Amino acid sequence: QDMQEKETVTPERAEEAKLKAKYPNLGQKPGGSDFLMKRLQKGQKYFDSGDYNMAKAKMKNKQLPSVGPDKNLVTGDHIPTPQDLPQRKSSLVTSKLAG
Amino acid sequence: FLGAGGGNDIQWCFSQVKGAVDDDVAEADIISTVEFNHSGELLATGDKGGRVVIFQQEQENKTPSHSRGEYNVYSTFQSHEPEFDYLKSLEIEEKINKIRWLPQKNAAQFLLSTNDKTIKLWKISERDKRPEGYNLKEEDGRYRDPTTVTTLRVPVFRPMDLMVEASPRRIFANAHTYHINSISINSDYETYLSADDLRINLWHLEITDRSFNIVDIKPANMEELTEVITAAEFHPNSCNTFVYSSSKGTIRLCDMRASALCDRHSKLFEEPEDPSNRSFFSEIISSISDVKFSHSGRYMMTRDYLSVKIWDLNMENRPVETYQVHEYLRSKLCSLYENDCIFDKFECCWNGSDRQVYIVMTGSYNNFFRMFDRNTKRDITLEASRENNKPRTVLKPRKVCASGKRKKDEISVDSLDFNKKILHTAWHPKENIIAVATTNNLYIFQDKMN
Repeated sequence: QDMQEKETVTPERAEEAKLKAKYPNLGQKPGGSDFLMKRLQKGQKYFDSGDYNMAKAKMKNKQLPSVGPDKNLVTGDHIPTPQDLPQRKSSLVTSKLAG
Repeated sequence: FLGAGGGNDIQWCFSQVKGAVDDDVAEADIISTVEFNHSGELLATGDKGGRVVIFQQEQENKTPSHSRGEYNVYSTFQSHEPEFDYLKSLEIEEKINKIRWLPQKNAAQFLLSTNDKTIKLWKISERDKRPEGYNLKEEDGRYRDPTTVTTLRVPVFRPMDLMVEASPRRIFANAHTYHINSISINSDYETYLSADDLRINLWHLEITDRSFNIVDIKPANMEELTEVITAAEFHPNSCNTFVYSSSKGTIRLCDMRASALCDRHSKLFEEPEDPSNRSFFSEIISSISDVKFSHSGRYMMTRDYLSVKIWDLNMENRPVETYQVHEYLRSKLCSLYENDCIFDKFECCWNGSDRQVYIVMTGSYNNFFRMFDRNTKRDITLEASRENNKPRTVLKPRKVCASGKRKKDEISVDSLDFNKKILHTAWHPKENIIAVATTNNLYIFQDKMN
């Protein structure tokens, strides 16, 4: 009796295995709520001047924690500073397509 | 493939390229939308800096017989500016998400442009005469001393250098809590829809202080959110019909005659999924980034991450055709997820309204773009690059080597530049002229004329 070959892993499943190996805590539902909520919250910038000034007073000589890769994620520890918030856009110039 | 022979195949040649040559691209210069007007005479682009640039095709009698008119800058203006919503702590980008032209009714041209929150109706008009010979004003505008006026004259219009002016005629604001992804003008030419992640609104072009909500998929409890609206379009002929696509790969067709709120679809287009093939990436790559009706309205085309699908409006359970844009990326999904490329939103477009020909076009990476001929079933990959810019020289087809031994002139998947994405393309409504946007440059290609 011929040995049937074991079912080959599809390229997509192989990629999934790679991703899970790198990020073991990755959620089961990529299309679920958290993921979509992040998309809906694009553009959200938080700054609380009260928190900022309190923190400045307490942590005079300490470095504030630096901004992680995801600037928009507000956690309990990180207090945005004016430097962290993106600058208002500079004055507007003509598009280079028209040049 | 297309262009490799055959009397009816289109042979694409480089025509023009617009934009800066330098590699250091300012964010504001990133092109975010490209659209021909209904006659094809005008070509509009929008960018991340909120600016619109409109090009106009040269008149036929001015061009040499071996090429169609070139596109030159006609008008440019700042459509949207960055805003900050202090109440919601929300930064509102000025990036132009979509431009849609109105059909021309008089001497002026009108277009709708939108960012994430506000839609604007712009009037673009020409001025080629100005009044001269005022009694109370000098030619430079200064008021004359009335005591020096001894005679009266009638001011006359004299020709002047053509000036093209853009002015905002309507501002449609404050109707979207979420980010606008689509606008679509109805075939009645009086109303239009705007769609954000969770809602679709219907507007009248004359009325800015109210709009009707026609689709609302926001769940009562946001924790239950499972899908968002990704694109929407009105049917080209039936003014009561529109479709919207979702992040789960479905398309819903709605009929506004059925009810005021079209939460219940008339048709649901969805391809059944093979559960054995399901992976972490399945839903992400099935998210539809663009939906476009064919000119007849009989078909619609959708673009998801790896393919273009053609649907017959009479058949909901599966597409009639599927074209693989870059299937070789399926074995790169892990890194494409890590660098966020898997979320890139590619658009797609149909050829102009030639009844005999059905070709669809879409972009890919490495500044490649693809065309699929529905009749011949042939496809071609071309590249938008300054290296190919000899006018009237036919573009050389490109080929990506997915695996195995790379042939000469092929490019391997690992050499593809994923920062060079073609997300936006447009096809002239009548002629074989296409506009292809790379990150910050606009390429125009034409059919080789014999």
